Amino acid sequence: MNKSPTASLSAESSIPIISVRGVSKTYAGGFQALKNINLDIQRGEIFALLGPNGAGKTTLISIVCGIVNASAGSIIADGHDIARDYRAARAAIGLVPQELHTDAFESVWATVTFSRGLFGKPPNPTYLEKVLRDLSLWDKRNEKIMALSGGMKRRVLIAKALSHEPTILFLDEPSAGVDVELRHDMWRMVRELREQGTTIILTTHYIEEAEQMADRIGVISKGELILVEDKEVLMRKLGNKQLTLRLRQPMSIIPAELSNWSLTLCEHGHALVYSFDTQTEETGIAELLRALGEHGIEFKDLRSSESSLEDIFVSLVHRPMEAQA
Amino acid sequence: MNFYGIRAIYRFEMARTFRTLMESVAAPVLTTSLYFIVFGKAIGSRMGDIDSIGYGAYIIPGLVMLSLLNESISNASFGIYMPKWAGTIYELLSAPVSWIEVLIGYVGAAATKSVMLGMLILGTARFFVAYQIAHPIWMIGFLLLTAVTFSLFGFIIGLWADSFQKLQVIPMLIVTPLTFLGGAFYSINMLPPIWQQISLFNPVVYLISGFRWSFYEIADVDVAVSIGMIFGFLMVCLTFVWWVFKSGYKIRR
Repeated sequence: MNKSPTASLSAESSIPIISVRGVSKTYAGGFQALKNINLDIQRGEIFALLGPNGAGKTTLISIVCGIVNASAGSIIADGHDIARDYRAARAAIGLVPQELHTDAFESVWATVTFSRGLFGKPPNPTYLEKVLRDLSLWDKRNEKIMALSGGMKRRVLIAKALSHEPTILFLDEPSAGVDVELRHDMWRMVRELREQGTTIILTTHYIEEAEQMADRIGVISKGELILVEDKEVLMRKLGNKQLTLRLRQPMSIIPAELSNWSLTLCEHGHALVYSFDTQTEETGIAELLRALGEHGIEFKDLRSSESSLEDIFVSLVHRPMEAQA
Repeated sequence: MNFYGIRAIYRFEMARTFRTLMESVAAPVLTTSLYFIVFGKAIGSRMGDIDSIGYGAYIIPGLVMLSLLNESISNASFGIYMPKWAGTIYELLSAPVSWIEVLIGYVGAAATKSVMLGMLILGTARFFVAYQIAHPIWMIGFLLLTAVTFSLFGFIIGLWADSFQKLQVIPMLIVTPLTFLGGAFYSINMLPPIWQQISLFNPVVYLISGFRWSFYEIADVDVAVSIGMIFGFLMVCLTFVWWVFKSGYKIRR
């Protein structure tokens, strides 16, 4: 508050909007849901938190939002300590929970009006109308929530979270039980929000979602943040490309002359797969094709594929387990 | 202070009352009317005056208190239990509201409802018996203080309960017996001495006695003691709620 406006403005862009330091959580039953989490979320980014069920994603979000108390550590959200200065911190955050927790008997309009008031904002029907229109809820504004479908209830939860104009939006498994249309609507909306400067943190099971949306990705497994990386870098670093050659004549073993290349036989000898690193300058494809020609190995088709975020994710999450075994 | 937050909670709770007007208002008014007919008219006509007040009139303050206690507890306990049960409490926990603001919203709405109901019952009583109110300001004061205190108590029950059964158990097993034994239908001076002594451990005795004093200037215990006891109970409830929110007991894991 005592900084000059220009100083704070320039500093704002470099200071993380959320800073998680040494956060651990052990539930009353003794289950340790989070182990010493350190994480910075940059202002204006879309951050995807990936992890299998029970990895600790929801616990982490719940701690930042004030629903669960951390056992250790501290969190700064939008420049405010979430425990000491909870009012300012929470006013900046909107949360769309994973479960469809809604009031049954309230109308859509009443529930978004309630949410805005609860978060300390003066009434603004024009803004709320815009939120409802953006989510295709305007026609349903006078309907009771219990009369809505699951997808519509999800939209209501999003509208409630946006009702107080948060600068940080948490979407906990936004696509769970949502049809394709709503999923695409939601992605569009999230991108628009980001353009308006909102920081978005989403947890997801759907790798496609993270791949489509996220700027950065964090992978959480068994309560530990095992990786945080720029999405592009992650996919480049850990991604493999494969070239699959469909052979005219099936092969039983790979000829010794081709041992320079990392090759495997698939489809009962009908396909030859060459895996290569996307990072290197020389992929070795041209040499391989030349060598195949020289040895009279003919192929009728070829295609190349890149490992998806899903492959990367599975390999990351399973790697520590295999190491432990 | 998050005034918009308090207003949002208060309005939400009041809207719930108006949605369920039949249950919230009609049922208690009907029950009280039945009490007046049975105890006031049928049985009361054969009873002698207590402290020179006709029996029908004597039981009015007690009946109002009976409804006030039950309604305050059920309104407030239901108000906070529902979001816990439906899961919508996540929003309350993640909102920039302090425990005192949450309390003002929920307890304020529950107390408003029960005060409205108390007035309604007093109005209904007019159809059955003539009565006077010697100290209207004190009467309102007792009504408000009791409504707030027992709404707070109801709020605690709602926080503590993790099933609909538990929500009912304290009002049924503790509050109803205490109100019936608290002198709603009789003066504790009519009891044998030993039971008079035991009755003094019942907080409801002080509420009804003080409230009845504001009507007829007759009391089983000193009015100052009555006021002191209500304030004492209010403080105990406030301290407990403060501790609940501070420790996260049953609401914030």
